[in-house]
Amino acid sequence: MTPSKTLLVVGGTSDIGRATALHYAQAGWRVQLAARNEEEACRNADDVRARTGTEVTVHRLDVLDTAAFGSFADSLSPLPDTVVCVVGELGDQVLGQSDLSHASLVLRTNFEGPALLLGFFAERFLVRGYGTIVGVSSVAGDRGRGSNYLYGAAKAGFTAFLSGLRNRLAPKDLRVVTVKPGFVRTQMTAGMKLPPVLTAEPDEVGQAIFTAAEKNGRDVIYVRPIWRPVMMVIGSIPERFFKRLRL
Amino acid sequence: MTELTGWGRYPRHRSEALRPASPKALPLLMASRTGLVARGNGRAYGDAAIGERVTLLATGLDRIQAFDPATGRVSVEAGVLLSDLLNVVVPHGFFLPVVPGTKFVTIGGMIASDVHGKNHHRDGGFGDHVEKLTLALPDGSTVACSREENPELLAATIGGMGLTGTILDATFRLRSIETGWMRQTTTVARNLDDAIRALQETSNATYSVAWVDCLARGAALGRSLIFAAEHATLRDLDALRPDAEPYPASKLGRLAVPLDLPSFTLNRLSVSAFNEFYFRAGAVKSGYPFLVHWDPYFFPLDGIGNWNRIYGRRGFLQYQCVVPTAQARSALGSILERVSKHGSASFLAVLKQLGPGHGNLSFPLEGFTLTLDLPVSDEAFPLLDELDRLVVEARGRLYLAKDARQSPATFEAGYPGLPRFRDQRRAIGATGRISSRLSVRLGI
Repeated sequence: MTPSKTLLVVGGTSDIGRATALHYAQAGWRVQLAARNEEEACRNADDVRARTGTEVTVHRLDVLDTAAFGSFADSLSPLPDTVVCVVGELGDQVLGQSDLSHASLVLRTNFEGPALLLGFFAERFLVRGYGTIVGVSSVAGDRGRGSNYLYGAAKAGFTAFLSGLRNRLAPKDLRVVTVKPGFVRTQMTAGMKLPPVLTAEPDEVGQAIFTAAEKNGRDVIYVRPIWRPVMMVIGSIPERFFKRLRL
Repeated sequence: MTELTGWGRYPRHRSEALRPASPKALPLLMASRTGLVARGNGRAYGDAAIGERVTLLATGLDRIQAFDPATGRVSVEAGVLLSDLLNVVVPHGFFLPVVPGTKFVTIGGMIASDVHGKNHHRDGGFGDHVEKLTLALPDGSTVACSREENPELLAATIGGMGLTGTILDATFRLRSIETGWMRQTTTVARNLDDAIRALQETSNATYSVAWVDCLARGAALGRSLIFAAEHATLRDLDALRPDAEPYPASKLGRLAVPLDLPSFTLNRLSVSAFNEFYFRAGAVKSGYPFLVHWDPYFFPLDGIGNWNRIYGRRGFLQYQCVVPTAQARSALGSILERVSKHGSASFLAVLKQLGPGHGNLSFPLEGFTLTLDLPVSDEAFPLLDELDRLVVEARGRLYLAKDARQSPATFEAGYPGLPRFRDQRRAIGATGRISSRLSVRLGI
């Protein structure tokens, strides 16, 4: 079987990135994993290759190093059919309140880097005439909360960016998918107490991404459907009450 | 600090639990802490995988490193689950050379416990099939072990209960299979003598095991069903179930035990399960083989999630001993007599023949092994102490992966390789640095 399509995962060392790569590979896709830490990405590449027999390559990329985007994209052979960006960094809200460089890192890692990179690929896809862009954003971007508004604000920006990009590319038949996973049991949330009903396994996120991007054509997904009403309720609380809540 | 238990949910101990995200991070943790042991998926029944102070959770080391469908050689990180690996290799026509009674164990745990399967009399323990592994030592260094490189450390690590270092990865060869089905024949043994004889007679079968009715007494003591099986060939499949998938996927269990049941349910469940088996045996008694899916054949209890909860909150003890062939009839007979007299003991026991072992702390030795479950109760402990005496007299031993309560004296009598094992631990600086609740309790 010659796999016809290629997936690029940006954030190839993350649990969601690994699960996404595996779902695509099981469907016969070739996989490109991009990450800052190549050695860790190779661990995932070997794993995906061993499990599926598909071709997996590893590429070094730091999403904050915008100057390198061009040579990075040139090094990909072929230019992927779908790019999924799962890059994210929860950061430390309290630290970020006083340490501006940390705050800046959280904002840039969750918004600037992923947005600029996907925007960059959008231009390449436009030239080529096809391509699908998937951004993993967060329910934290739906409404700012005292406990993580740095992360939330960056994700809100990312969500808005994806929305705008989708609006612009829709007439050209290029798809943009926004994924809001909700809580996920990953390295990022290790040690947190998470409500089981609202918490997805990385595997569910990978499955949901594959289904939305390649099968059912949905634009904005919550991985666990329960998040949609939950966020609707949170979104509808009047600000004068909301501001008093400890969230 | 986290409260940890084994699968039997007895005993409970507090330990710091650390979960290294990669094989690179783990040795650093080993060098910076003491009183630690690695834990796989927590399926050892007692206190083997609870660190004296620190427990290293290996579940993050879950990458398959390489799998070559041409040769059947596979390399995995130690935290890869057997269930996960089977899902990958069965569709390619491979099975693991040895599997224990549950697929929810890690490969590292399978090596550390040197697990045996229903084919030990033919194929040895899982450790016999390991070609090489990487071990993280207490000082944070890593060392490759194989039959050529550090063979003594490899031998000690197989069945070494994680006490010679932490296994980071392992390479082994798979067994090739023509189908994912098992061709099983069932026979009835009227008593223990019959059962032992039947197991010896079926020892040319790849897999064999006996389920013993612990309620039977007197002349029927040890009444059993003997299940012998082979991996079904394509011809078997054609003859018996021509419409079946050759490599059926794993069966996901739909049943689960959602909460601790009051302990009386145990009796009902066990008895009805046994009756069902008797009924089925009746249907096939005339010796017709039938096909069984690999998953329920090897892992019958995995279909019921959290089955350990049927024993209630106090937990349960699994007792597994092995006694040499010459003493098997008398010793196992005495054990079954005491168990059948005892009100709350299990209604089912599993009897298997084991081939020669390889020493160190690995459990198997040439003889017969008997396994039974008992809910934790005040009466259970004196009963098991009594069984221990019978086992020691018969020059047998208890399986460390199941043990939660044997005395150091029972342990020392059963494992003559212990002094050598202690020497090896000393030589690599593991003494006092790598320690589980089990190793502290037994003075390893």
